[in-house]
Amino acid sequence: MTRSTRIVCTRWGVSLGLILLLEAACRSGVVPTLAVLPPSEMFAAMLELLSTEEVLANVAATFSTVAVAFLAAVLIGFAAGVALHGLPRFRRAIDPLLASYYSVPIFVFYPLLVALFGLSALPLIAIGFLAALPAMLIATLLGLDRVPPVLRRVARMHRLGSARTAALVILPAALPNLFQGIKLSLAYAFIGVIAGEFILSGGGLGYAIAYAYESFDNRTMYGLMLFVLLSAVISNTLLSTWESRLQRRRWRA
Amino acid sequence: MTETAAHAVLRGVTRVYPGTSQVHALGPIDLDIAKGEFFSVVGPSGCGKSTLLDVLAGLNPPTAGTIAFEGEPVAGSVPDGVGVVFQEDASFPWLTVRDNVAFGLRRLGMDAAEVTRRVDYAVGFMGLADFAGAYPAQLSGGMRQRVCIARTLVLQPRLILLDEPFGALDQQTRLLMGDELLRLWRETGATVLLITHALDEAAMLSDRVGVMSSRPGRFIDLVETGWPRDRDSRIVSDAAFGAITARLWSSLRTESMKAIGRG
Repeated sequence: MTRSTRIVCTRWGVSLGLILLLEAACRSGVVPTLAVLPPSEMFAAMLELLSTEEVLANVAATFSTVAVAFLAAVLIGFAAGVALHGLPRFRRAIDPLLASYYSVPIFVFYPLLVALFGLSALPLIAIGFLAALPAMLIATLLGLDRVPPVLRRVARMHRLGSARTAALVILPAALPNLFQGIKLSLAYAFIGVIAGEFILSGGGLGYAIAYAYESFDNRTMYGLMLFVLLSAVISNTLLSTWESRLQRRRWRA
Repeated sequence: MTETAAHAVLRGVTRVYPGTSQVHALGPIDLDIAKGEFFSVVGPSGCGKSTLLDVLAGLNPPTAGTIAFEGEPVAGSVPDGVGVVFQEDASFPWLTVRDNVAFGLRRLGMDAAEVTRRVDYAVGFMGLADFAGAYPAQLSGGMRQRVCIARTLVLQPRLILLDEPFGALDQQTRLLMGDELLRLWRETGATVLLITHALDEAAMLSDRVGVMSSRPGRFIDLVETGWPRDRDSRIVSDAAFGAITARLWSSLRTESMKAIGRG
């Protein structure tokens, strides 16, 4: 068994062990089922819920909101990072703002966003976007900072213009950091949108979980929570797999 | 040097780094490097050796003076026929050895068969044939530097500029890499300018060694070694080798003391 296989087996073993432990604790009454459902029931509830039109509509609403917020944050965050990297004086001026960004509870701006965009998906997209944007921006800055200067000199030695230098040298060299930014942006967009729906919205998965919670409907609440958890883990795993494949890939222009 | 035409000519070359506290890094320098010559530059730390390479390569413009390569002025960009090997690991970590070496040729839009032929030759020449599909992270420091040399060699430069390419390697590997470099020089017929801080390396490899003063760097001595063209690292046991190294150190000692503030 190789080292990486052992690591994967251990990871799965620990996860399954914890699930089985919770299952046993719930079934034996150590953990009251009024507070926590056994994982097997959560899973069954999730499957049932995913066959109802109402939940599917909530899933579609949340995922489309997350997708728009995430894509906008990645594109605009990358562009802003590149621009800011090219303006070192301006960057020095706003660096403290970037560093303290995540200490601001962006949800307090929801009323303002509703006033600006109305009662639509836009305020939630804005919340997801604002949560995800700095991760991509900071990762882009970090990636560009970490490109070894000698690689730019190699590009000059090969007489590459600015565009080819960016595409063939800078971008591949910065890619590991850019991917970290993409992964974090997805996670923050997801958190921002779900939390926004939970607190402030009248639709989406976050709202459905909050509604089930207020109605003491544990089965729905845990079924949806499990679905959100699995969605986050699966999307992150897919991005990580893509990242490793790209890292191994031979880059030809 | 006088029997062959000058391949690169520097006249009054000066480099001053602008800013609130201007730094006069180099010059004025006058130098003729003959076609096919192996010329090394030694000097104290911070004397402007790498600056000299940068201005000769066209990577930085001189503040004053002129540089010509094959009779054409070098102005603001790396001239055709000039290849540079840098001190740092400059291999592209996302490319295999083969793709690293082919990088420059593909940019030139060369025919794929010709790219393959040249890459195969360069990879084989640098002893990397068994690692052609490996990534730089899988190679040792010396092998990565060989990848960078192969990437420059494959472009068939007529002037090869090397900025302390073996600086990060151990002594034994440096001696062997020196042999590789001499073989490359003989087989390609290229002119070589090597920047190094190692006096023994300069004495072993070069036809001529330029000794630079502390900043601003100027040539204070030019030492002809008189080695035959088919030399290799075994000349370190030659009696003349010690004499050459001693002369280099004698020229350099006072300048090195100045560079560390004891002059």
